[in-house]
Amino acid sequence: MGEVIVVTSGKGGVGKTTTTANLGVGLAALGHKVTLIDADIGLRNLDVLLGLENRIVYDLTDVTGGRCRLKQALIKDKHCEGLHLLPASQTKDKTAVSSEEMKKLCQDVAQEFEYVIVDCPAGIEQGFRNAIAGADKAIVVTTPEVAAVRDADRIIGLLEAAELRNPKLVINRFRYKMVQQKDMMSIEDIIDILAVDLLGVVPEDEQVVVSTNKGEPVVQDERSRSGQAFRNIVQRIKGEAVPLMNLNQNGMLSKLRRIIGLK
Amino acid sequence: MLEFLTRLFSRESSSSKDIAKERLRLVLVHDRAGVSPQLLQALKSELIKVISNYMEIDEPGLEVNLESNDNQVALIANIPIKQMKRLPENIISGP
Repeated sequence: MGEVIVVTSGKGGVGKTTTTANLGVGLAALGHKVTLIDADIGLRNLDVLLGLENRIVYDLTDVTGGRCRLKQALIKDKHCEGLHLLPASQTKDKTAVSSEEMKKLCQDVAQEFEYVIVDCPAGIEQGFRNAIAGADKAIVVTTPEVAAVRDADRIIGLLEAAELRNPKLVINRFRYKMVQQKDMMSIEDIIDILAVDLLGVVPEDEQVVVSTNKGEPVVQDERSRSGQAFRNIVQRIKGEAVPLMNLNQNGMLSKLRRIIGLK
Repeated sequence: MLEFLTRLFSRESSSSKDIAKERLRLVLVHDRAGVSPQLLQALKSELIKVISNYMEIDEPGLEVNLESNDNQVALIANIPIKQMKRLPENIISGP
């Protein structure tokens, strides 16, 4: 029986889908059998991030509605052996699936795969409740902004109310330089406020845009910093203790600045 | 270079991250307590009603807020008084 992990955030645009895609590819690259479920019904995007948008025949609502078998709806990833996608429906809305159906679906998928990662829609309505219904663990993604952290706090409260205890936090789009200049909340600030465990910190990286354009998640880019951050998160999901990567981009220069007291 | 100079000469009292953190802290006090603006408004009007029995207060100047310091949340009310009311003897000295 595999592990079902939901990736959620509350606020839109903080990187839930990007995180889901990268964790999926990262885990599969290490030889694990993984399925990604896009639970954002009506606004599917995970297929595009993985470059699988042209291969969709059936979707999640076809499986829950009994119009096809699970195996028929699962799409094999192009590059990554062992990675599968269960796409969301683009034409239906969030009421097309119930929480019970989602729970059953997650259980069925977890029978066959080691990791099932559910990409949750933004918001706290039915779509959110569906996405978390079958999850064993939760990852909360946020960015170092007031609105995103506030929504993350709300989500953490709702997850705990739904018996999903100890969600793990991913801080995305982190800008080391701005934190040094005290113009962005630090990792410690955010952890202090949300009082959750940190799973990883992903630096702001233009390479994410490039990889999204191509439909090839950045985690496979050996040279990119965000890719390294996602690879570290993958290791931590597997239970390995990996220290936080050095987020300081221009090492010598900032050291020098600190020495002369400029922060 | 300009950045260097402004940083050197300006003595900013609080950085934008500190402002963000403080705002977040306050907003989360409300979120976590589940205190809606309506509830706060209702509390305010009842406070006015009770206090008005004893003194004349400046209603538009009345401020009621939840505030946090460290791990404690406090209800802070700032109630400007215009004038004391002349109270009947028995209220002042008790029954």
